[in-house]
Amino acid sequence: MFRSLERADNTARLLEAGFRIALTRSSDAESEWKSVIVTSAAQTAYEARNDGYDGARVVNFLLRDTDNPSSVLSVIKSARDNARLVRTALTTEVWAAVNETWMLLTKLLKEPVAQTEVPAVLATIRQQSALVRGALHGTMLRNDMFDFCRLGTFIERIDSTARIIDVKYYSLLPAASFVGSRLDNVQWETILRSVSAHRSFRWAVDGDYTASAIANFLILDGRMPRSLCFGASKLVDNLGYLATDYGTRMPSHDMADKLSARLKDRDINSIFEEGLHEFVGGVIQDNAQLGQQIEQDYRFNS
Amino acid sequence: MTENTRHFDEMQAQDSVRSPYAEYDAWFATQNNTRLSNKSQEAEAFFRRSGITFNVYGQADAEERLIPFDLVPRILSNREWTKLSKGIEQRVRAINAFLHDIYNRQEILRAGVIPTELIANNDAFLPQMMGFTPPGDVYTHIVGTDIVRTGEDDFFVLEDNARTPSGVSYMLENRETMLQMFPELFSQIKVQPVSDYPKSLRRSLAACAPKSCEGRPCVAVLTPGIHNSAYYEHSFLADQMGVELVEGHDLRVRDGKIAMRTTRGYKTIDVLYRRVDDEFIDPLTFNPQSMLGVPGIMDVYRAGNITIANAPGTGVADDKAIYSYVPDIVQFYTGEKAILKNVETYRCSEPDMLKYVLDNLSDLVVKEVHGSGGYGMLVGPAASKKEIAAFAIKLKDNPGNYIAQPTLSLSTVPIFTQKGLAPRHVDLRPFALMSPEGINITPGGLTRVALKQGSLVVNSSQGGGTKDTWILED
Repeated sequence: MFRSLERADNTARLLEAGFRIALTRSSDAESEWKSVIVTSAAQTAYEARNDGYDGARVVNFLLRDTDNPSSVLSVIKSARDNARLVRTALTTEVWAAVNETWMLLTKLLKEPVAQTEVPAVLATIRQQSALVRGALHGTMLRNDMFDFCRLGTFIERIDSTARIIDVKYYSLLPAASFVGSRLDNVQWETILRSVSAHRSFRWAVDGDYTASAIANFLILDGRMPRSLCFGASKLVDNLGYLATDYGTRMPSHDMADKLSARLKDRDINSIFEEGLHEFVGGVIQDNAQLGQQIEQDYRFNS
Repeated sequence: MTENTRHFDEMQAQDSVRSPYAEYDAWFATQNNTRLSNKSQEAEAFFRRSGITFNVYGQADAEERLIPFDLVPRILSNREWTKLSKGIEQRVRAINAFLHDIYNRQEILRAGVIPTELIANNDAFLPQMMGFTPPGDVYTHIVGTDIVRTGEDDFFVLEDNARTPSGVSYMLENRETMLQMFPELFSQIKVQPVSDYPKSLRRSLAACAPKSCEGRPCVAVLTPGIHNSAYYEHSFLADQMGVELVEGHDLRVRDGKIAMRTTRGYKTIDVLYRRVDDEFIDPLTFNPQSMLGVPGIMDVYRAGNITIANAPGTGVADDKAIYSYVPDIVQFYTGEKAILKNVETYRCSEPDMLKYVLDNLSDLVVKEVHGSGGYGMLVGPAASKKEIAAFAIKLKDNPGNYIAQPTLSLSTVPIFTQKGLAPRHVDLRPFALMSPEGINITPGGLTRVALKQGSLVVNSSQGGGTKDTWILED
């Protein structure tokens, strides 16, 4: 359920960045929209139904296409269905927030979203997601249910951030500094905006905008709540609480440790040497396996 | 009012729409008033939420007010902008050279281009700056040149705000608001982005760091505090640049440098973007009553251990009496003719001109030499006989304190009203950044608009509003 909610949130951020870049710097809006779709891991599904990329169709596909299992409408519905199933495990506030989100977004996304309304709709998705997250943090018992909610969130978030890096990894290679001016690299702006970090980067990183500083921020900076390192350490923490609670340490815990170890106390240059694309691809794969292992260890499907 | 027909309207030429507005006009024709009224309210909610409010001095209930935002953009073509920005760059360069000269060899006085009294009797002239060159030889790190227009190719500089010009946060937030409210406009019309300003500002300030700076320059914004009318802007700029916002009491002199209090002890600052006036910046050197500044900062400055932006004493260049000499200043330092014209200015300190001004008060605008914010001025054509008589007495008492200018027929741009579009007078303040790396002018600026029909006063403290300013791509 929280995996779905996190996905809706990430999709909204991704679209917001794409939308803005397409409006303000659109030398090549089409390729910008295409990379939004590729980042959402929805290229095949999209191309099966659309020929060519433009804002209206991409927005429609990612927000409201019910044939797309990752569209906001689809994931919100699945989150709500899920919440109903486990209704007793949730506080009334969390349930009400999820239910309200579903009602609101179903209404909002009933008709295709006019370009003029896109910013407002995306803002609503982000706000609703914050509401659910706030209810979770403010009211839930810190028991195994809570841990599972957090695990879902971070598995999804790592996947999302890793894909954002992967799709534009070429612009984060140190050599890419030569491309375009240092001050105004549109690709970097898109990447930072996609994780809502264009502002926090300026605060957190006491250095110029460089490819390796941005890569470091998104991969290795433990202060950045959407970085790979942050996500992995949260997975380790939450699996740790579960292990204490249940009195058994599961195989997924070791996998999370391994993932986290690859992201902790590292130098970004060693990742460049290893190959950024290969490294991030590895993280996506390991993270997916970890997700499956958690489902297996804790009998989600049996 | 019939007078509107006399003014140059930037959108509507005789019977056709001027080309920079063509696409906007086509879009506007498809809109309905109810939707736009709703958008207007949305914009207000947007500004309230971000907290872009200001306080008006001299009003008892210090309620936070909002500067009204009009949703019709002010649009300039790239060709118009190119000329403007060249003119601004030339002017900024000349003014910086002038400041260096005035505080060093004073060649321009020796050459008799500017009368010595104008400097000697000028409160904004700071003797403490004599014989000192600020880091990078930059005095005017940030300049907000006020420009008005009266015709197709007639742009005039009204003021060269070289102290601490404000309003840039509106340039940025107005664009954000427009992007949120009318995304479709930006996909149809190619507008040059302004959002790089904070990055450029930080970079430009950092490039002016003193030689004593080791490693990456530490920049901070000095604000007088939350009661200042522009506090929102101070916090906004610091936040957008990713630098600390400090008040005087957060700073002290330590090991010959300026350091700020942090939760980890004191940290050295290399560049201080101060939004505190000269007079208050150092109680040991200037106003001893000041609680807003840093005791001893001028000594640190003169020792070359901190950059103050803008440099103290830059006010001597944007004084309204000096203003009338700026074309000569441009000629003197650059050897070129000024690209941007000055508004004709009568210096009341000169007896002939004073006589002319007194005889023609009802046709002139009279301003205090050091005034700002639209206070203490007389707008002749709009004033009553009684007001004019009262002003004449003040003028005769202290003529050197005033200059006069003809009432300009300011251009108009439409605003949105319940009854549709209606022309209102506007001005324009673009922002120029100067560093040893060069002059950077963000394509855009703050357009202020007089919301009252026929009014020429655009100041926000006097009922003016703002508009988003679009510079089109080619």
